[in-house]
Amino acid sequence: MLYETAASVDWARAQFALTAIYHFLFVPLTLGLSFIVAIMETLYVRTNDPQWKRATKFWMTLFAINFAVGVATGLIMEFEFGTNWANYSWFVGDIFGAPLAVEGILAFFMESTFFAVMFFGWDKVGKGFHLLSTWLVAVGSNLSALWILVANGWMQYPVGMAFNPDTARNEMVSFWDVVLSPVAMSKFLHTISSGYVIAALFVVGISGWYLLKGRDMLIAKRSMVVGASFGLLVSLFLALSGDESAYNVAQKQPVKLAAMEGLYQGETRAGIIAFGILNTEKELGDDRHEFYGDIEIPYALSFLGYHDIDAFVPGLDDLVYGNEKHGIEPAQARIDRGKVAVAAFKEYKAAVKAGDDAAAAEARGVLETHIADFGYGYLEKPEDIVPPIALTFYSFHIMVGLGSWFIVLFLALLYLTMANEIERFRKLLWLGLLSIPLGYIAAEAGWIVAEVGRQPWAVQDLLPVGIAMTDISSSSVQTTFWMFAALFTALLVAEIKIMLRQIKIGPDGGDH
Amino acid sequence: MFEQLTFLQLQQYWWIIISLLGGLFVYIMFIQGGQTLLNQLSDNETEKTMLVNSLGRKWELGFTTLVLFGGALFAAFPLFYATSFGGAYWVWMVILFCFIIQAVSYEYRKKPDNVLGQKTYEAFLYINGSLGVVLLGIAISTFFSGADFALDESNFVHWQGASRGLEALLNPMNYLLGFALLFLVRIAAGMYFISNIDHAPIEAKARTMIKRNIVWFLPFFLGFVAWIFLKDGFAYDAATKTVSMVPHKYFWNFIEMPAVGAMFLAGVVMVLLSVFNTVFRGKSCCAWTNGVGIVLTVMAVLLAVGFNGTAFYPSTHDIQHSLTIENASGSLYTLTVMSYVSLMVPFVLAYIAYAWRAMDRVKITEDEITAPDAHNY
Repeated sequence: MLYETAASVDWARAQFALTAIYHFLFVPLTLGLSFIVAIMETLYVRTNDPQWKRATKFWMTLFAINFAVGVATGLIMEFEFGTNWANYSWFVGDIFGAPLAVEGILAFFMESTFFAVMFFGWDKVGKGFHLLSTWLVAVGSNLSALWILVANGWMQYPVGMAFNPDTARNEMVSFWDVVLSPVAMSKFLHTISSGYVIAALFVVGISGWYLLKGRDMLIAKRSMVVGASFGLLVSLFLALSGDESAYNVAQKQPVKLAAMEGLYQGETRAGIIAFGILNTEKELGDDRHEFYGDIEIPYALSFLGYHDIDAFVPGLDDLVYGNEKHGIEPAQARIDRGKVAVAAFKEYKAAVKAGDDAAAAEARGVLETHIADFGYGYLEKPEDIVPPIALTFYSFHIMVGLGSWFIVLFLALLYLTMANEIERFRKLLWLGLLSIPLGYIAAEAGWIVAEVGRQPWAVQDLLPVGIAMTDISSSSVQTTFWMFAALFTALLVAEIKIMLRQIKIGPDGGDH
Repeated sequence: MFEQLTFLQLQQYWWIIISLLGGLFVYIMFIQGGQTLLNQLSDNETEKTMLVNSLGRKWELGFTTLVLFGGALFAAFPLFYATSFGGAYWVWMVILFCFIIQAVSYEYRKKPDNVLGQKTYEAFLYINGSLGVVLLGIAISTFFSGADFALDESNFVHWQGASRGLEALLNPMNYLLGFALLFLVRIAAGMYFISNIDHAPIEAKARTMIKRNIVWFLPFFLGFVAWIFLKDGFAYDAATKTVSMVPHKYFWNFIEMPAVGAMFLAGVVMVLLSVFNTVFRGKSCCAWTNGVGIVLTVMAVLLAVGFNGTAFYPSTHDIQHSLTIENASGSLYTLTVMSYVSLMVPFVLAYIAYAWRAMDRVKITEDEITAPDAHNY
């Protein structure tokens, strides 16, 4: 039963999306910049060169400014699971809560304890302990990403659990299946490497600006070398982990893959759309062409999704209406079985309440037979399984396009800096600076692909968002949405202003 | 190891951990207490910055403890997490707002071009330290006064009133704990400042402040204790799985669980002793005694509300819907797995203590704050 109108669900989704988008503006930079700072401090400790200390302290200051809002938005996300998605919190809390608790114990304390040493311990603790603290902040930040992405990976591909009709929730049966799920691991690696790329772009972009201005040249060049080397390595890894991620999507979330590529009718030897403008008139099941104009890379999608250029990649029509030839059943069949499962669950609860053991056993048997389709029982029509196609498609292509550009950019910057020629290539330095926002756009686009692409599911195939949300009026959620929007925007504006000023002050300005 | 424990024992183990985290969280809220004292304990900008810096080196620990408290409740007692956060929506939203504004205030307060201005960030710290603490106290007080919820066959929560948690503000008894907490964390902050800052004027003002705040704290705290000892409590019968009202239930819980009663008494005595030593004997080493006292007291209160057949989150709509550590917990498997993870807690506490000690070996001085390359908040 849906407790609320579509408007309530949309506002709850909008609020979570708002928080996640803001959170994801700050966290990726933290993930990568923490390592870049640690690398610079290591160079300082090894060489005892005070210039490396200046560079470390400068980037550390920018790290701290960014870190604060990341922490604030992160806190909200944790509690929004409860405030906006209370039914979800109960339905899957037994599984989803565990990684969150581990995150708190193992990651947050490490990060917060050593953060203080990193900033205030320069003259209070030894060089070695200070360096260790800086590395531990980096490790702690990334460990925290690991656990939250394990939780998110489980939502994309729920494993290691069983439904318990007595408690009316899913319960964990294998912690390691949850943690070591291939989706969770590839999600973690892809997401953190995107954060590292953002940080590398941030460092090379700002270093480039100093070179353009002809100031703080030594620190700028050193930072450029560290940022570009780090960026090149991680952007190459990002491409690899993206490939692995897409493979997992093809296996576990074929509807998402079809939406990512705007693929309506399945194909063998399917190509990837390198460029295309979606036909907005196109609807599921009709014969209209998907694109106004498109450039395709032949075989690439079959290879990406199945590591086989001859593989059949199902389209949205196949997945919604079925494709007998390729053994794909229509979504309606799953919806029908799901409705049987939901009815059996209610019968089971009624029978238990009435003390009718025989009826309870029978209902439980029916429920267990159809449990894999339980979530589908809450959908109304087969088309409900399709996420917003245009948003998923364009986000995916923006992400991939920008990811390719970053590899070229880092390679060029590193080569020219090492050859001591970088100052002459002013346009490239400007491109480096202008690429800072592109890093954020790529990361947000990736997040949209992952989260919008799995709609309507809060937990893939198990729990639609309409059931997952709190039983609350849309006006309450709407009010808090605007409160969050105003507050987060104010904080973002404050952060950007402070960052810009600190960059203008530069390493020689000391810590203000 | 944990596989040998029964489901009930694991649920009790996790309630003990939640109680410990609750105690640690209340102690670490000395940061919030300190935030309400920035103007009161300083005469000039340098002194205020010394106070802010002293707290700023610890603020993240408080934030993290809150997050861990939430995460542990989510995993160990997910029905409470869903019911309280989803149900008492507005109370938690206001609390969350109070905490968002704290997170940025330390780092941004003194930075040039900070848009909102230094005074705004100081106001944020004050709001977090006062309103945030009182509301948290009121929210915890609903463990005793109850909340207006019902659960359906799927254990999904349905709040019965439109005010979504704000009705807790209409119960005057809930304010007893709210204000007791506020004055307690201010006292704890005073002792922390004395142990952490080497500056005579601040120290003198802190001692005076503690003396005044204990006078405010005691009536609220004793009022709270009297209220919970005298009121009927929500008793849970594990055999019939029914909840009933029992006179003086919480008082009897302390008597029937002597270890918990002793913990409560010891905690209260330690807090009072630390105040006495600070105010009348001029000692500057009482922050730890005070801290241990707070942790023991809060732990004992939370243990009393969760153990001995007691419903820890009562429903005032229908007491049979009340939450107990048995019906609100995670599964046997999850609690077992998480129990292994909990073995890391002593290790975590050890490195926090080590880093804290290393940083506080040398007290904060005026010279440190005014040094040209100081990283000041």
